[in-house]
Amino acid sequence: MSIAFPTPDEAVLSRRNEILAGLGRLVAPEALIVTEDERRAFETDGLTAYRQLPLAVVLPSSTEEVAAVLRFCRDQGVKVVPRGAGTSLSGGAIPQPDAIVLGVAKMNRVLEVDFENRVARVQSGITNLAISQAVAHEGFFYAPDPSSQLACTIAGNIAMNSGGAHCLKYGVTTNNLLGVTMVLLDGTVVELGGRHLDSPGYDLLGLVCGSEGQLGIVTEATVRILRAAEGARPALLGFERVEDAGACVAAIIAAGIIPVALEYMDRPAIRICEAFAHAGYPLDVEAMLIVEVEGSDAEIDDMLRRIVAIAEPFRPKTVKVSQSEAESAAIWKGRKSAFGATGRVADYICMDGTIPTGQLPHVLKRIDEIAKSYGLGVANVFHAGDGNLHPLVMFDTAKPGEMEKAEAAGEDILRLCVEVGGCLTGEHGVGIEKRDLMTCQFNAADLEQQMRVRGVFDPGWLLNPAKVFPLEGRVAA
Amino acid sequence: MSSLIPRDEQDAASIVAQAKGRGTLLNLCGNGTKASMGRPSQTDATLSAAALTGITLYEPAELVISARSGTPLSEVVDTLAGQGQQLPFEPMDYRPLLGSQGEPTIGSVAAMNISGPRRIMAGAARDSLIGVRFVNGRGEVIKSGGRVMKNVTGLDLVKLMAGSWGTLGFLTEVTFKVLPRPERMSTLLIRGLDDGSAVAALSAALGSPFDVTGAAHLPAPDRQGARTLIRLEGFSVSVDYRLNELRRLLKRFGAADILEGRGAEAVWQSVRDATVLQERADRAVWRVSTAPTRGPSLVARVAAAVEAQWFYDWGGGLVWIATPAEGDLGAGAIRAATRELGGHAMLVRAPDADRSRLDVFEPQPEAVMALTRGIKASFDPAGILNPGRMYAGI
Ligand SMILES: Cc1cc2nc3c(=O)[nH]c(=O)nc-3n(C[C@H](O)[C@H](O)[C@H](O)COP(=O)(O)OP(=O)(O)OC[C@H]3O[C@@H](n4cnc5c(N)ncnc54)[C@H](O)[C@@H]3O)c2cc1C
Ligand SMILES: Cc1cc2nc3c(=O)[nH]c(=O)nc-3n(C[C@H](O)[C@H](O)[C@H](O)COP(=O)(O)OP(=O)(O)OC[C@H]3O[C@@H](n4cnc5c(N)ncnc54)[C@H](O)[C@@H]3O)c2cc1C
Repeated sequence: MSIAFPTPDEAVLSRRNEILAGLGRLVAPEALIVTEDERRAFETDGLTAYRQLPLAVVLPSSTEEVAAVLRFCRDQGVKVVPRGAGTSLSGGAIPQPDAIVLGVAKMNRVLEVDFENRVARVQSGITNLAISQAVAHEGFFYAPDPSSQLACTIAGNIAMNSGGAHCLKYGVTTNNLLGVTMVLLDGTVVELGGRHLDSPGYDLLGLVCGSEGQLGIVTEATVRILRAAEGARPALLGFERVEDAGACVAAIIAAGIIPVALEYMDRPAIRICEAFAHAGYPLDVEAMLIVEVEGSDAEIDDMLRRIVAIAEPFRPKTVKVSQSEAESAAIWKGRKSAFGATGRVADYICMDGTIPTGQLPHVLKRIDEIAKSYGLGVANVFHAGDGNLHPLVMFDTAKPGEMEKAEAAGEDILRLCVEVGGCLTGEHGVGIEKRDLMTCQFNAADLEQQMRVRGVFDPGWLLNPAKVFPLEGRVAA
Repeated sequence: MSSLIPRDEQDAASIVAQAKGRGTLLNLCGNGTKASMGRPSQTDATLSAAALTGITLYEPAELVISARSGTPLSEVVDTLAGQGQQLPFEPMDYRPLLGSQGEPTIGSVAAMNISGPRRIMAGAARDSLIGVRFVNGRGEVIKSGGRVMKNVTGLDLVKLMAGSWGTLGFLTEVTFKVLPRPERMSTLLIRGLDDGSAVAALSAALGSPFDVTGAAHLPAPDRQGARTLIRLEGFSVSVDYRLNELRRLLKRFGAADILEGRGAEAVWQSVRDATVLQERADRAVWRVSTAPTRGPSLVARVAAAVEAQWFYDWGGGLVWIATPAEGDLGAGAIRAATRELGGHAMLVRAPDADRSRLDVFEPQPEAVMALTRGIKASFDPAGILNPGRMYAGI
């Protein structure tokens, strides 16, 4: 384990019984989880290499209960780790022994759908997919679509400013969020934004989005819902050279086309996914693009024809334009199985960094060299339109030292992203995973300004501490 | 009053650090085209970005442009147009409404989060602003965000800077995400609708799958003169298809004409710049944001209390209202309506004296103001940057 956790507060640990009794007075018995067995379910999130048992877990069912619990924790000096579904890949929801986990999963109702104004108001523990399902009967959907959408909550999406395959066209969470109800650590309930666009004063909603549970607990959200396009269809393009695939992405965008999705897979990823999903992917190419466009049938045909023509000068070895629902499903099945399929052939860590797309060929070459230098394999599947890379660094847990090597390789890759003008994380967040790398993207003044802002919301640093900012770095307002 | 015009970012940092040491209050500006907006503030010197000019990075294939904050907006717009691209949020030009001269700067677009009719679809400036460099009130150079579209590294100070009106820091460089300019722009025009039916028609259009990029209603004293506008953009084949579908969808609201070319561009420019309300320069002008379908009720309430002219943008979500520049300028009626129906109002145009005595921005609940004061102090502990420009003490 290379990521350090702070030493637990002995005073809090020794008062555990008293603290549990206090919490017991604030929420129903079934909302308070104290036994070790049951707490175990909350000891980690999607970053499963790290585990810590929390002091207790509280699952409130209203904003008022959240406020009462937070006020109590503030008074008692107890740390609070907010949690949605626990799918964070950066360890954002991993607890600490002297902290309670405050989960919003029970608060999962749709409060109101207003189709005319194209907004939905929901409790924050609702899953991302459930929002779309609640409005689908009128042909609407909620746009940001992380691959984890079946499980992850809108609370987690807001905290991580999550995105998905379709964010090239529709943006990420911050572009689709109109308002939140949030509880501050002292129990104050604030309403930020509302049913309208653009709020007066500072853009606190924009600040909260992506703040990784450091500023308050979000209990309700008002999100934009959009009318779904009439149809969507992908094309698959395979190239002999990485450079050609990269240049094709640039050419598509230069031609004025913003596809709804533009996914990139390298050779190892294609092989792994094809072996699993039998999607009909070409095995004789170095790189593959999946380009999806939306609209009526005629619009889609027109757009895909343009895209194929744009690709021509880059001599694609494979050009497959989907002609049916079934073909589209097959193309996407391979891509969507990437994580699962890789998991069958190796253990892996999924990195998440962003680069200027012009740097793609250089960065992919360097990633390969970095992995090789540690004796590891790497597969790349990512959103090419916005340069958000997800190298899967593969290793074998059974071999001692390999996981540490994978972590070191991952770190080198992230440093590389920053070096070429990109950033440490495009969608998974900093969490604990990248906390110690923050200093490679930000200097002391940058970080201190962020920490002072954090301190305005939570002067005692009790909310999700030991995440995002260097352990020794905390600065008050 | 002295004018301070730093030649680069370091220079700006030392000017601000000195000002902090001496307690000199600074009035931040680009070229001063919007000097008459916000709360008037009493300052000791003007700190201008006028000499911080030039585009520092433009990668058309990556859809990204960076410029020093004092770069004229027109230079950015023209450079993008040269590659068939544009700022997606279609920033409003305040000069016609305010009667000001000079070149608006790209820094002020970020500082005021300025957007136009495409906001309903493409977002505001804050949605496209992906990176900033600025000098905070301590005289420290700070960067946040960067040049890539997706970035969730640390707290998003970029959003805080967008729309902070120069009260948190002096922007030195801004980076925007850009988009291709559409091949064709076309507008459906329905005449003669009252406000309620017009907003219903706009809602129907915006709730369709046809990617409407502008939805406005310009009422007229004689109902026949009223115009309801729906804009479509994209590749020609696709625009044709969507025009037809929308016409069918909106049949119950009346026949629709199609506007293209110069005429259509001029109409959208007048919506963007609110020149619809420009004629009577003696009137106060308010910008009110609410849930689209509540726009007409909000206007009805205001119009019952004061003599007013208005028009709707964003399908009714944005209402521009002109009121007589006397008494409270309609503030009481407008704020009562936003409180009741949800939303917020900003006093855009009014004499200095009125902008000193009335709330220019929507008053905020105490809990939000407490956070606002905390944030202001964390950037500018001595309170020297644009003091009081947004709220008293902010
Ligand atoms: C298979 C898989 C695929 C994924 N694909 C994507 C993807 O495509 N795009 C993407 O962006 N992410 C992806 N993720 C990452 C993850 O799903 C997202 O970060 C998601 O938003 C986390 O939501 P959650 O409900 O699980 O939150 P959690 O993991 O429970 O928490 C995430 C963070 O949010 C904070 N938080 C939780 N609830 C609240 C609250 N109520 N108030 C304040 N803070 C809170 C937590 O403290 C933590 O910091 C993927 C994860 C997996 C496992
Ligand atoms: C040469 C000159 C001398 C002046 N002398 C006086 C005087 O003596 N007394 C007086 O009262 N007024 C004076 N003014 C007018 C006025 O004080 C300022 O021009 C005006 O208040 C600020 O400009 P603006 O907001 O209109 O600039 P715009 O460029 O229109 O900026 C609009 C908003 O954005 C902010 N902003 C702009 N650029 C930045 C940036 N780089 N970083 C952060 N925020 C930014 C501004 O603070 C403002 O909130 C003078 C103006 C000029 C140009």
